[in-house]
Amino acid sequence: MATPQPESHGEHGRTTLAETLHHLTGLVAARCYQCGKCSAGCPMAAETTLRPHDVMRLVNLDRADRLMADPSIWLCLTCETCTTRCPNGCDPARVMDALRELAMESAPEHIPRPVKAFHAAFLEQIQASGRMFELGLVLRYKLKTGALMQDAASTPALLARGKLKVMPPRIDGVADVRRIFAACGPAKQEVER
Amino acid sequence: MKLGYYPGCSLHATGREYGESTVATLRALEVELREIDDWSCCGATSAHATNHLLSVALPARNLALAEAQGLDEVLAPCAACFSRLATARHEIAADAALAQRVASVLDRPFTNHVAVRNVVDVLRASIPALKAKVMKPLAGMKVACYYGCLLLRPTEIAGFDDPEAPTSMEDVVRATGATPVGWNMRLECCGAALSLARTSSVVRLGRAIVEDARRAGADAIAVACPMCHSNLDFRQSAMTRRGEAEMPVVYLTELVGLALGIDPAELGLGRHFVSTSSLVARAAAPPPAPAPAKVPQQGAAKGVA
Repeated sequence: MATPQPESHGEHGRTTLAETLHHLTGLVAARCYQCGKCSAGCPMAAETTLRPHDVMRLVNLDRADRLMADPSIWLCLTCETCTTRCPNGCDPARVMDALRELAMESAPEHIPRPVKAFHAAFLEQIQASGRMFELGLVLRYKLKTGALMQDAASTPALLARGKLKVMPPRIDGVADVRRIFAACGPAKQEVER
Repeated sequence: MKLGYYPGCSLHATGREYGESTVATLRALEVELREIDDWSCCGATSAHATNHLLSVALPARNLALAEAQGLDEVLAPCAACFSRLATARHEIAADAALAQRVASVLDRPFTNHVAVRNVVDVLRASIPALKAKVMKPLAGMKVACYYGCLLLRPTEIAGFDDPEAPTSMEDVVRATGATPVGWNMRLECCGAALSLARTSSVVRLGRAIVEDARRAGADAIAVACPMCHSNLDFRQSAMTRRGEAEMPVVYLTELVGLALGIDPAELGLGRHFVSTSSLVARAAAPPPAPAPAKVPQQGAAKGVA
């Protein structure tokens, strides 16, 4: 995995995925004893090949290759059910957040296209106006995915209900927001702290 | 009571009736809201799914602005904004290294002392005032209280109610005169931010929620999150099969507003995709007679027979 290497603790001078995650989050993946309570409550378990306890297991087996090549971590809804129910404080939701952050850098080609397009469109839109502008978000998303007609039939109904703003909001602090984006940079900074 | 107010992006757009009803309802309950000047987006799911530092720094900018305005508490009605703001506050307090990095990113004074609250918490605290001010008790209305994810989870961040057996929404609903129903899906996720990128999942999850509320005999689902609302109201036509009754989805603030006698238009009840007219009509009806509600129904049945 092409993750930037923090201080090494591995047997052969190599940093394991569990160590990288520990460095990023302070969490100890080895605490997971595979009870499966996380997966029992996961709303997306019916649709993902890797359920939360599988993700924890693969972290402990140092299988970044399998984790990053699978769309499952990108289908996580971040609903925090797994973390709330984990009897041993493993915080799978935070682990999943950190895995996504690593995958953004090391395996962006495996991110499901619509999900990647949504996150990119969302963050671009915030940088453009400081606040989310739904029409701008949807248009950016459509251009990235080519799903031009998705939900298009709802436009008149949204307009009729006064729910679709046609002009982006613009805050005074937009330069401030852009500066924060620039200072936070990509995922790598986190590892280098 | 005076509270800072972080409406968040949705409450200015597709969730605008949540903003309208929050402002109107809390005004009636004598909670004064002061909007954070020049607030910016909290980063929502897209920031915390992809960049941890950004996911803490964006909410922190808003907490710092609130501090500069002299606010001690901020109300974030959107469950996702609430979660992002409260998570940022929690993580900065717990991690000195992170706090330092956020401080350098923010480049403005920030002491992290602003508490973050959500609407359910504030309404529950206002129950005595609410009971005293109810003009149109929603008697006979059965409500499925839907918490979803981020109002309650993770526990140490949300912290105002039990994550597995919460009662706060039901307590508020009871104070309006309506009856909360017992049902199974109140803590399940609606699909949240995958609404656009994976609509099929949102329809699958939403359908299970709406079906369960229907089975429990609810007249409406009450929510406290614009994403839950959009996924259950805007997307409901995609999950309803022929012959199934539509299920109105209302914000908790709208229900409370109705009971307080606030004009339904002011509460934004006309902006929904699933009509709320049955609920509005019920609130407008004169208070039921003290006799048990079953009596007129039996009379009507006899008349038909």
